[in-house]
Amino acid sequence: MSRRDILGVVALLAGACVLPFVVSEYRTFQFTLVLVYAIALLGLNILTGYNGQISLGHGAFYAIGAYCAAILMDKYGVPYWATIPVAGAVCLVAGFLFGLPALRLEGLYLALATFALGVSLPQLLKYHHLEAWTGGVQGITITKPDAPAFITELGLALDQDQWLYFFTLAVAVVMFVLARNLLRGRIGRAMVAIRDNHIAAEAMGVDNAMVKSLTFGISAMYTGVAGALSAIAIQFVAPDSFNIFLSITFLVGIVIGGLASISGALYGALFIQFIPNVADEISKAAPWAIFGLFLIGFVYVMPAGVAGAIRMAMARLQRKRQNP
Amino acid sequence: MKLKLIPIAALLAAALASPTALAQKKYDQGASDKEVLVGHINPYSGPASGYGTIGRSIAAYLKKVNEEGGVNGRQINMITYDDGYSPPKTVEMARKLVEQDKVLLIFQPLGTPPNSAIHKYMNAKKVPHLFVATGATKWNDPKAFPWTMGWQPNYQTEAKIYAQHILKTKPNAKIAVLYQNDDYGKDYLKGFHDGLGAKAKTMIVKEASYEVTDPTVDSQMAQLQASGADTFFNITTPKFAAQAVRKAWDSGWKPVHYLNNVSIGVGSVLKPAGLEKSIGLITTSYLKDPTDPQWKDDAAMIGWTAFMKKYYAEGDLTDSFNVYGYAVAKTLVQTIKQAGNDLTRANVMKQAASLRNFEVDVLLPGIKINTSGTDFAPIESVQLSRFDGTTWVRFGEVMGK
Amino acid sequence: MDALLHQVLAGLATGGIYASVALALVMIYQATHLVNFAQGELAMFSTYIAWSLINAGMPYWGAFFLTVGFSFVLGVLIERVVIRPVENAPVLAVVVVFIALLVILNSVTGWIYTFTIKTFPSPFPNDLGFGKYMSPHEAGAIGVTLVVLLLLYAFFRFTPLGLAMRAAAQNPESSRLVGIRVGWMLALGWGLAAAIGSIAGMMVAPIVFLDPNMMGGVLLYAFAAALVGGIDSPGGAVFGGFLVGVLENVLGAFVIGNELKLAVALVLIIGVLVVKPSGFSGKVHVSRV
Repeated sequence: MSRRDILGVVALLAGACVLPFVVSEYRTFQFTLVLVYAIALLGLNILTGYNGQISLGHGAFYAIGAYCAAILMDKYGVPYWATIPVAGAVCLVAGFLFGLPALRLEGLYLALATFALGVSLPQLLKYHHLEAWTGGVQGITITKPDAPAFITELGLALDQDQWLYFFTLAVAVVMFVLARNLLRGRIGRAMVAIRDNHIAAEAMGVDNAMVKSLTFGISAMYTGVAGALSAIAIQFVAPDSFNIFLSITFLVGIVIGGLASISGALYGALFIQFIPNVADEISKAAPWAIFGLFLIGFVYVMPAGVAGAIRMAMARLQRKRQNP
Repeated sequence: MKLKLIPIAALLAAALASPTALAQKKYDQGASDKEVLVGHINPYSGPASGYGTIGRSIAAYLKKVNEEGGVNGRQINMITYDDGYSPPKTVEMARKLVEQDKVLLIFQPLGTPPNSAIHKYMNAKKVPHLFVATGATKWNDPKAFPWTMGWQPNYQTEAKIYAQHILKTKPNAKIAVLYQNDDYGKDYLKGFHDGLGAKAKTMIVKEASYEVTDPTVDSQMAQLQASGADTFFNITTPKFAAQAVRKAWDSGWKPVHYLNNVSIGVGSVLKPAGLEKSIGLITTSYLKDPTDPQWKDDAAMIGWTAFMKKYYAEGDLTDSFNVYGYAVAKTLVQTIKQAGNDLTRANVMKQAASLRNFEVDVLLPGIKINTSGTDFAPIESVQLSRFDGTTWVRFGEVMGK
Repeated sequence: MDALLHQVLAGLATGGIYASVALALVMIYQATHLVNFAQGELAMFSTYIAWSLINAGMPYWGAFFLTVGFSFVLGVLIERVVIRPVENAPVLAVVVVFIALLVILNSVTGWIYTFTIKTFPSPFPNDLGFGKYMSPHEAGAIGVTLVVLLLLYAFFRFTPLGLAMRAAAQNPESSRLVGIRVGWMLALGWGLAAAIGSIAGMMVAPIVFLDPNMMGGVLLYAFAAALVGGIDSPGGAVFGGFLVGVLENVLGAFVIGNELKLAVALVLIIGVLVVKPSGFSGKVHVSRV
């Protein structure tokens, strides 16, 4: 990491910490959602951007994470913070298991398999034999957590939204740091090698099957953690919250943000959180049409995503500085 | 000093004589001398965007009201947002309306899951959550949720009416049920089971569900037909209702066919299915259907058509959602009118719960809106009707309150 | 037995729907090596055009062929105007453009035509005597799908244009060297796929009724059908469509109930693909290191 990057990250974190004190509760809530989406997109980006496996069904893992949190809190009285690691673990296993047969599927076939997962999961949530846990079509309502006592003792008066924002921010920072280390390490290099040339990777001694399944698991874990956080922030889960368009929105998010880029997850999250609202402001008659135009516009102007465009702009700037 | 007191005494006397004339104007956020700011959430995008026309017809009606001078001299301004029928988005939009746009109340969010998601929030914030667009039973719970109120007859009550009709007219019926696998379908199903009581187990011989993403319900219809049922309760939204009515007829199955109120548009459902194939359908209704010829010369529907042409010209004149939007907007306007100059949230809620025999002209004759402190279900009466090939013929009495 | 027969025939009828859309997917794949997620919405939009023409008083077949022609032009235009600028972008960026087209077409159609369902006429006679299990239109639609299949097969197999198109998709560089105008081949592929889609739309609409979400649910089935049959084989796609339709109905009616029929059908299909990754009749691709 160059000094400039470190400065950038520190500035970003400082900004993120100040944010909830300068904007309204409602905005704080929106930015909490941005952080949640960023974690989910990071998970999908690990799979699709770094490892080259496409997924049209990551909404399913998001849903599993969300339901894990909701069921644990609602039925078993587990504190909200404890549900996050459980949701992550459950999704890690689910993703890994899904990744095993998916190994044999590439490109379109994997797209279909994941698409099918995204479509089927809401139906499974409604299945009458599972209703005792999932609440069926009615979903589950949960309670929003208050800031813990020690925060107040420290003399900080945080309301529920601010507390949840900082809680999510903390989880997000941990997840992003972990992702960065993972992707820069041995496994990360193996992931990229498989994406770029799986036969060569195999020849170099990478255990393709293991790495691909593991990537699926890790990716699902990230998305599951995000799902759990979203359930806590929204205070409600229902099958309708996780339809196939959620999965497609995630895919849109990583492409717009920038494939194979950690910061891209953040840009993508901002896009999927705010652009639909902008589209809605522009037209009540056909908001989706406006959203579609935004999509096309972004892809035209920044085919490698926002992160890619920034990278290129930086590079150009640097070249200019070196040979004026 | 004495001289000065006289006018004050006179004023006091006048005030006592007509308490409203000088009643204190009281406002909560979102209300002022000039306007009443109302929030509204509706899907305009996504798979449920077919309901978007409700929001547009409400906006059109409020425009008409404002052009005609508003209510008690105030303009009713509505801010409407798209939630795409996604509960997380509904939460976000409700918070935006309450915390950022500072509306007086939120009106007509659509769908059971989106409303469930904001149910607690609205009641914790004590913001009126009025006339929600879903027929679930839980909106009528003034004790636990004093800030939330439904509007349309609830699904369970409607299903119970069919159950009672079956018990009365065909006690040995073998019943098949087709339902949409979501909150709406399950609510109807529950009401139907409750209505049949202990006999539900023996009378219902087959239930089949479908998903909104299914292209057709042909497979389900074949299953139901094969069950040997002679009575059919059809809990479907318009597209699937039309398919089911057509399929039942085409495959030679001639059950006594009960169709839920959601899909009874003559022009929008029965005509596509085939009018001759729809003869004998039984339903309950509370709204006048814009495509039913019996209302061709009805003053209320002529008024509605004129309204549509002037204020919502691009709207579909065959779509009963536009009548629905018109009727529910009238209910809101009445509530605000009743609230007078006391536009506090508490008073708006109190007035919403004090609608007495309020008549909306596009509701069926004899159906009145009544609410009270313990009754948060505005429309509770419906009437059975049977389709005769051109129009719905009402029979029996108006049931419910 | 009667119940089973009924389910199988109903399954063939819905399978015909999947098959017709799957054919359009195969077409676009053959031409571009991509699956266009907006294919279903494009077909839906074309069907609305046909509906408008018929409502304006045009006879059915006139409207039918005019719509097919219009859809072809629309497909070519979309490729030239919308897709061309992202030609060199990553595949997933192109997929995002497909998604954008999907939401735009859906939203704009709803805006123009509203979301109330509309009837779409059938060109087939009303009663053929076996109406109990399958309507004459459903039988006719299957016939039309088979005709399209034959035409498509013949096009790729026997015409130089078909060959050139496949070559352009498979290896653009070499194709360019032998004088194939690759850019126009892509546009042509889009046009043909849109034309086939419009036929599918006009055959589907009388069965499911015309509304802007008509194809929303169909696309997944068609995608599954195309893959299980082999995405590069028109015959396989049609077979896949019927297979998915029948499998889903029989599972739903007799095995696991309606609630999970889609999920289980998909699991089975994916199981097949895991064992036989190129589908039932697709070619096995051997990649060289």
